[in-house]
Amino acid sequence: MKEEFKVISELVEEKSRVLDVGCGDGILMEYLSKNKVVDVRGLEISKEKVKKCLSNGLAVVEGNAEHDLKQFPDLSFDYVILSQTLQAFMSPENVIKDLLRVGKKVIVTIPNFGHWKVRLDLLFNGEMPITKNLPYEWYNTPNLHMCTIQDFYNFCNNKGISIFKTISLNGQKTSKITSSNLKFKNLISELGIFLLQK
Amino acid sequence: MDNFGKMKSIVIKQPLKLDCGKEISNFPLAYETYGNLNEKKDNAILVFHALTGDQFASGINPVTNREGWWNYAVGPGKAFDTDKFFVICANVIGGCMGSYGPGTIDPLTNKPIGTNFPVITINDMVNAQYNLLDHFKIEKLFAVAGGSMGGMQVLQFVSNFPNKAKVALPIACTASHSAQNIAFNELGRQAIMSDINWKDGLYDGQTNNPDKGLAVARMAAHITYLSKKGLQEKFGRNLQERSDLKFGFDADFQIESYLRYQGSMFVDRFDANSYLYITRAMDYFDLTKQHSGNLSKAFKESKTKFFIISFTSDWLYPTSENKDIVIALNAIGADVGFVEIKTDKGHDSFLLDVPDFLSTIKNYLNTTYFK
Repeated sequence: MKEEFKVISELVEEKSRVLDVGCGDGILMEYLSKNKVVDVRGLEISKEKVKKCLSNGLAVVEGNAEHDLKQFPDLSFDYVILSQTLQAFMSPENVIKDLLRVGKKVIVTIPNFGHWKVRLDLLFNGEMPITKNLPYEWYNTPNLHMCTIQDFYNFCNNKGISIFKTISLNGQKTSKITSSNLKFKNLISELGIFLLQK
Repeated sequence: MDNFGKMKSIVIKQPLKLDCGKEISNFPLAYETYGNLNEKKDNAILVFHALTGDQFASGINPVTNREGWWNYAVGPGKAFDTDKFFVICANVIGGCMGSYGPGTIDPLTNKPIGTNFPVITINDMVNAQYNLLDHFKIEKLFAVAGGSMGGMQVLQFVSNFPNKAKVALPIACTASHSAQNIAFNELGRQAIMSDINWKDGLYDGQTNNPDKGLAVARMAAHITYLSKKGLQEKFGRNLQERSDLKFGFDADFQIESYLRYQGSMFVDRFDANSYLYITRAMDYFDLTKQHSGNLSKAFKESKTKFFIISFTSDWLYPTSENKDIVIALNAIGADVGFVEIKTDKGHDSFLLDVPDFLSTIKNYLNTTYFK
């Protein structure tokens, strides 16, 4: 998802320290290092992917964000990024809490379960939706806690987490999400990108 | 051992103050090199050997005529690619392959120094090897690397010389020897010391060496290098060249025969006193304690990039202990990579043909060198 990386990269300031949680193959890390002067680290659960990252010389540590974020001191990174993995955790609430402890700012991207195609699928077919961003069947999905942009927005408000910026991604198109257009953006966005702070 | 002529060595003239308080000077340090040092002198990798290793990491060891201990990893086109890098490996002090150790002949008595040799530490070993940088006029190494006790030396090296290596690869090691590690080492030492030929360490090194004790030490240690699953798959309850049990104490089982063979091969190439001294050095290793209980402090001054590797089936230096090093490095925002390689080959994995392990190191070094 090149468009998502572009948005994230624009949110990250130059000369900052960045931690990519669930960094996968390290594509976002490489994208950031190429486009910005940043010191970027990764945490990834899959051995195969960690090996790939290390083979490319990236500073990636094998680990599970639900236990292994503990090793990072408070506010040790300027930005902590969580790209499309929040829904896969046993306890997304605790992970967000830890991200906000480790990072001065946190960027979270959410595959939006409130997108109109998802809603229509369930409404007309009566089946769990399968989309480009959510390609799994209900019985093999790693996504335990799906939410909508609206849900995550409410979550932040309830928990007293400040939202600096919310960006909607729909295909190649990006746009700002505000409290006044939230209902509509929740219908048309494939992805929501949030910039947060404790 | 009469092949010392085939060895390169430097004589370290200036005094080295040891942790035990004694001082040594004018002592030999045997080493070997592979590949070529480039003009910029920025492609050197110092490789540290483990307990029973020596300077002959690659190719054929000219003394034992067997493959070098890290032949899978070091050589042309291999993980530590000697077509690109200049690999240096030295025999640790306390060792028995030409460096200053208990087997060194004391010119005053014409006998081996034996247990009159001072007790040395990992710190002493590293400080002695640091002299090789001056010898080759290398300002900064590209990498320091090693597994097991070699990994401990990597950690100690970066702690002592924070900006003398761009990259550090501690593999399957620990920052502080555990009670279990010490226990196994003590078992080995007791086996040697209860051999009637040990004679308080003052055997002559020619005839009547404490070979039986040393062989038992090696057999016990060898078990700790393998995994239960690995042993079961390789040997199971297979019988050794017999169709049934013999109701005696010969080696009925293949595993018994294998261990006996490992023990008997080992005594031909290793000195029992060296085994005592080197295991002692490992037991004394506690980098965390050296830095008043805070391991992070050991690396605080360093800009070195770390790549830490552990193995799933290694129960001697388990992943948790390797991870403690990662945690200490992350606590100070150091540049650190870590992966646990999946294998059934136990602690010995770092010495064996484990393709995932070797290819990841190769790629990591090749990309990092140009970064």
